[in-house]
Amino acid sequence: MSTTELVRDTPAPPAPAGPDRRNRWYRIRPNLWHLFLIPFCLLWVYPFIWMISAAFKSPSEMLLGGLSLIPDDWTFDNFDRAWTTAKFGDYTINTITFSITVVLLVLLTSATAGYALSRPDLPGKKVIVGILIATMFIPHGYTIIPVFLLINDLGLNNGLLGAALAQAGPVLVVPILLFMGFFAGIPRDLEDAARVDGAGYVRTFLRVMLPLSRPVIGTVTLLNFITAWNSFFIPLVFTLGAPELRTLGVGMFSFFGQEGTDWTGLAAGACISTVPIVIVFLFLQRTFVEGIAGAVKT
Amino acid sequence: MASLQAPARRPRAAGRPRAARWRRHAWSYAFLVPAALLFCGFSIWPMLASWWYSFFEWDGVGAPTDWIGLDNFRDVLGAGGFWDAFWHSFLFSLAALFIELPLALILAILLNNAWLRGRNVYRLALFLPVVTTTAVVGIVFAILFDPIRGVVNTALTDIGLVDSPINFLGSTTTALPTLIGIDIWKGFGITLIYWLAALQTIPKDIHEAALIDGANPRQSLRFVVLPMLVPLAIVILLLVFQRSLNTFDLVQATTQGGPNYATDVVPTYIYRFAFDPFLQAPRYGFACAAGVVFGVMTLLITLLQAPVLRRQYKAGATT
Repeated sequence: MSTTELVRDTPAPPAPAGPDRRNRWYRIRPNLWHLFLIPFCLLWVYPFIWMISAAFKSPSEMLLGGLSLIPDDWTFDNFDRAWTTAKFGDYTINTITFSITVVLLVLLTSATAGYALSRPDLPGKKVIVGILIATMFIPHGYTIIPVFLLINDLGLNNGLLGAALAQAGPVLVVPILLFMGFFAGIPRDLEDAARVDGAGYVRTFLRVMLPLSRPVIGTVTLLNFITAWNSFFIPLVFTLGAPELRTLGVGMFSFFGQEGTDWTGLAAGACISTVPIVIVFLFLQRTFVEGIAGAVKT
Repeated sequence: MASLQAPARRPRAAGRPRAARWRRHAWSYAFLVPAALLFCGFSIWPMLASWWYSFFEWDGVGAPTDWIGLDNFRDVLGAGGFWDAFWHSFLFSLAALFIELPLALILAILLNNAWLRGRNVYRLALFLPVVTTTAVVGIVFAILFDPIRGVVNTALTDIGLVDSPINFLGSTTTALPTLIGIDIWKGFGITLIYWLAALQTIPKDIHEAALIDGANPRQSLRFVVLPMLVPLAIVILLLVFQRSLNTFDLVQATTQGGPNYATDVVPTYIYRFAFDPFLQAPRYGFACAAGVVFGVMTLLITLLQAPVLRRQYKAGATT
């Protein structure tokens, strides 16, 4: 059992007296790691524990300081204040709208492009795929200004659609490659059968291929939803002139700028911003982690 | 796109007119249009336009007309503020590569062991910061590190480690290391997942074979497992390097580059010249030039690593 271990915390035990003692050492030793890992991980997630605890404390209790994580009097006033006065209610709706728009834009464009590129005989396919992959490795520098000006010229500044376009544009490459790989792996017979049955290109795509690609749709949706929810730079730039369209991250930033001392209110705001997405992640963690790990494996 | 030649290997359909071939693939090209528009508009065009705009003195009103040649580049290269910001960005990268990367590898090796009970819970805990909004947890940290009633200072003074509270984010000496620490905390989970994915590509048998041949677990790790990781390690290194340059969210949310520009990084530097609400007139040309210089520098750094990395890659792939 213990032969599969890759790491040891101490050098081999000094001259074991007998096989029994050695075995006992090997049984206990893996558990010694918990002495390090449990405090380390608790410290690691401490900011979240503090955030939740502070959100339920009264401002006066926070003022007294102290390290206790259990509030003396539980209160919902902080959430109330953050939700209405600091407009986190609006920000939540904005964030959901923004994230869903980004996901729809990415899915719509990458699924169609991936399907088109999955045809092995498409002229120019190699060039297109080459360009896509090359842009992944070229540092973009900071290209926000042309993006900002383009959105401005389209008349979409200070709108969530403009921000969603700017967010979706640069993240297309990986979804396109994912869809391309998936569709290329589906036997051509299936397409041919659909064509024999009288389905055209679009119909084959919508009725046959797209339903099959549900796993890819799931991965792309989840990864992009979480990324969009957590994005800050793009929504910040595109809501500079429209405070009512702020997303949660941007709203938190302006709340901190205005009411920097309202720690319990800020903690409640932080809970509103992070807890939903953490719950989404906990339910779908396998898909998410595999999506990230895919970057290494391919 | 249709005028692009067919892949060379495919024999040209004899006598079939170009129009017919185009028609056969018309739907495919139509399906490419939405992605092409989005990608060209928001990925390719901004890269090219950054270069173009950087030759103008331009405040964003009307079209850029005031061509000033390379003056913006001269200003950027001569600006002490830019080089400070560049150095700070570089420090974030160094910390990611020399602290986060090895630490994550060690924990990944530990958490990859089947005998470790509860390893999934540990992985989850370490990964949790990744799925939260950087700007939001940055602000939570700013509160935790507060010099007056912040939890960290309270704890440190209670234990007796420090006599007077440390102004972590408010003093020019401690602000940057503190932010780098938060940045490592935030990104650690992703690097951990990379390493775990890499470790799982190595078949268990190989490690076990080394043990049967008389290697102890540590030797097997050092001489068998780690060398096999090298090709993937280079991919991970590049991914971590790319991510480490993107520090805008954390810095902007907590210090906005302060105090006294001690934590200014290139993205916040550019942001300030283009979007700062306290600015009288934005300097788009100058900000674009700064972005271009930063892009070229990071490309050069990446390319400088390339020969070394390729040699390592080959060495790793053949062992």
